[in-house]
Amino acid sequence: MTPPLPDAAPAAAAPAPAALLETRALNKRFGGLHVTNGVDFRLEEGEVHCLIGPNGAGKSTFFRLLLGEYAPESGRILYRGEDVTALKPFERVRRGLSVKFQVPGIFPGLSVAHNLEIALQHHLEGASLTAEIRRLLAFLNLSDAAPERAGALSHGQKQWLEIGMAISLKPRLLLLDEPTAGMSPDETHATGEMVQALNRDGVALLAIEHDMAFVRQIAQRVTVLHVGRIFAQGTTDEIVADERVAAIYLGEAETGPADRARPRDAPARSAADA
Amino acid sequence: MLRILRRLEGPQTIGRGPAFWAAFGLVLAAAAAYPWLVDGYTVGNTAYFFCWVFMALGLCLIWGYGGALSFGQTAFFGLSGYAYGVLTLNVGAAYGFTLVAVALAVALSALMALLLGYFLFFGRIGGVFLGIITLSVTLVMERFMAQTAGPEWRIGAARLNGYNGMSGMPPLTLPWPGGDLVLFPDVALYYALLGLLAVTYLALRILVNARFGNVLVAIRENPERAEMLGYDVRRYQLGAFVIGSALAGLSGTLYTAWGQYITPSSMGLTAAALPVIWVAVGGRGDLTATLVGTLAVLGGFQALTIYGSQYALVVMGLLLVVAVLTAPEGFVVALLRALGRAWPGRRRGAPAP
Repeated sequence: MTPPLPDAAPAAAAPAPAALLETRALNKRFGGLHVTNGVDFRLEEGEVHCLIGPNGAGKSTFFRLLLGEYAPESGRILYRGEDVTALKPFERVRRGLSVKFQVPGIFPGLSVAHNLEIALQHHLEGASLTAEIRRLLAFLNLSDAAPERAGALSHGQKQWLEIGMAISLKPRLLLLDEPTAGMSPDETHATGEMVQALNRDGVALLAIEHDMAFVRQIAQRVTVLHVGRIFAQGTTDEIVADERVAAIYLGEAETGPADRARPRDAPARSAADA
Repeated sequence: MLRILRRLEGPQTIGRGPAFWAAFGLVLAAAAAYPWLVDGYTVGNTAYFFCWVFMALGLCLIWGYGGALSFGQTAFFGLSGYAYGVLTLNVGAAYGFTLVAVALAVALSALMALLLGYFLFFGRIGGVFLGIITLSVTLVMERFMAQTAGPEWRIGAARLNGYNGMSGMPPLTLPWPGGDLVLFPDVALYYALLGLLAVTYLALRILVNARFGNVLVAIRENPERAEMLGYDVRRYQLGAFVIGSALAGLSGTLYTAWGQYITPSSMGLTAAALPVIWVAVGGRGDLTATLVGTLAVLGGFQALTIYGSQYALVVMGLLLVVAVLTAPEGFVVALLRALGRAWPGRRRGAPAP
C-alpha cells in the first residue's frame, strides 16, 4: 500500500508489521495554503524520531493532525494498525498517544503536585497515587517545588512538569513539540536524558526540534519537512551531511522536493501549489 | 464511605483540619439557635436569603470551578419556579406533593440545562459567547412570560398572569403522621432550608475535591491540556452546567414556595446580573467564600433597600467593580487568605484553589 521511502533503511521495505503510527497521503490546507501535502510517514514501535524543518514547514500542523486537533482534508492516520483519523483528541490519548506542547501546557493556578495528580488519577488513587507523584517529581527534578503554584515555575521546570504529565498516562508514543525551547544548555541536556530514560522503558518519541545538538543526542531517525512535504529522511549524520537540507534552512533550495537526486515518490504535483 | 468523607477537604476548597470543622460546627450551632434569639419575621427573612444561596453555589461550580460564565442561572430559577406553581396549583399540596413538585421542577431545569448545555459545549461554544447565549435565553423567557397576561395563557388551573406573576401556590409541606407539616416561611421553613443548605454545601465540597472537581479546575486552567490528558472536556463541562443549573432551579422552587409568588422579572436582566455579583464579590473560586459572600451581599442589599436608599442596585454594581479591581478573587477569599497568613493553622487556605 505505502511505497517504501527510497531513503529509508532496507529493512523497512519488507512487508512490515503495522507501524506504531502511520500516515497515508495526509493533506491539510488553510485556504490556499497547502500546509500538509500528501505526507506518508511511518514511526516504528520504540523509536525516537525527530521532525525538523524550517519555519513554516508544517511541523506543528502535522502534530495537530496526529493529535486530532485538526481534521485532514484527505488521507488517513493509523495508530497500531487502527484508523484513528476520525477520533477526537481525548480518544487518541486514551489509546496511548500523549503530547507535550510547545508553549508549556500546564495548569498554572494549581500546585505542581496537583498538576500531576490530575494526570495520574485515571489509573491510580490513594497511597499508590501519592507514591507515583513522589516518584515522578524526583524523575523531573521537581521534588522541592511540589507545593508551589505551577505558574510560578521557571520556564524549563514548566516544560519538565508538562513532560511529567504527558508520561504519567503511560503512553506508547509521546509527541514533543520543541521540548527544549527556551531551555539552558544544562536543562536541554537533562531533558535529553529524560527522553532516553523514557525510550529505554519502551516509549516511542516523536519530537519537533530545532536544536541539532539535542537531535543528535536523542534521535535514531530524522525526518525533514519542507513546505508541507517530507523532504528527506535518515539518521542524524545523514541529514546533517545532506547539503540540500542545509540549503533549505538557508532558504536557497527550490521549493519542490522532486527536483533533486533523491526524490520522494509522492504523486507528481506541481511544486507551485505548495 | 470514609473515602468519600475525606473529600470534604482538599486542594479545591478553603478550610481544612479540626480548627475549620470546629468553626463550621459553631456556625451551624449558632444558625440552629438563631430562631430563639429573634422574632419569627426575621427568621422568615433569613430563610428568604437561604433560598438564593443554592443558585449562587451552582454558579460557583459552573463559573468558579469550571471557568464557564453562565449568565442564565435565572432562566432555570424561573423555569423551576413556574413549574412548581403550575404543578401545585393543579394537584394541590396533599400527601406531601409539594416535595414531589420541587423534585419535578428541579428535574425540569436539569433537563433543560442538559439540552441547552449539549448544544453549547458539544458545539464548542465558550468564553464570552456562553455568557451571551445564556443571558439571551433568560431574557427570552422573561419576555415570553411577560406576554402571558391573557386568560388564554393557562396550564390547567394555573393562570400564568403575565407581568403580574403567578401566585397562590401552596407553601412546602412535609408529610407527617397525624397531618402534614406546613413549612410556613418562618421557623419551620428556616430549619428545612438550613439543613438543605448544609447538605448541599458539604456535597459540593465532596464533588469539587473528587476526581470530577479535579478535571473541572483543570479545564478552567487549560482546556487543551485537560483534553490531552484523555478527558472528554465537553462532558465534564456539561455535567457542571447541569448540576449548577439544577441548583438554580432549586432556588427558584424554594423562592416560589417561600413567597407563594413568581414573576417574569425574576428572569430579567437585573435578576440575571445579581448571582454573578454575589459570586464574584464573595469569591467564585471557593464554595465557602461564595456561601458567605452571597449571604453578606444579600443582607447588605436588603438593608440598603429598606433603609431608604433607592440606589441599592447602583451600589451592587459599584461593589462588583470594586471587587474586580481590588480583590479579583473575591473579598471573602482575600479575607480568608489574610486570616490564614496571620493565624497559621486556622482556616488555612490550600495553595491556590
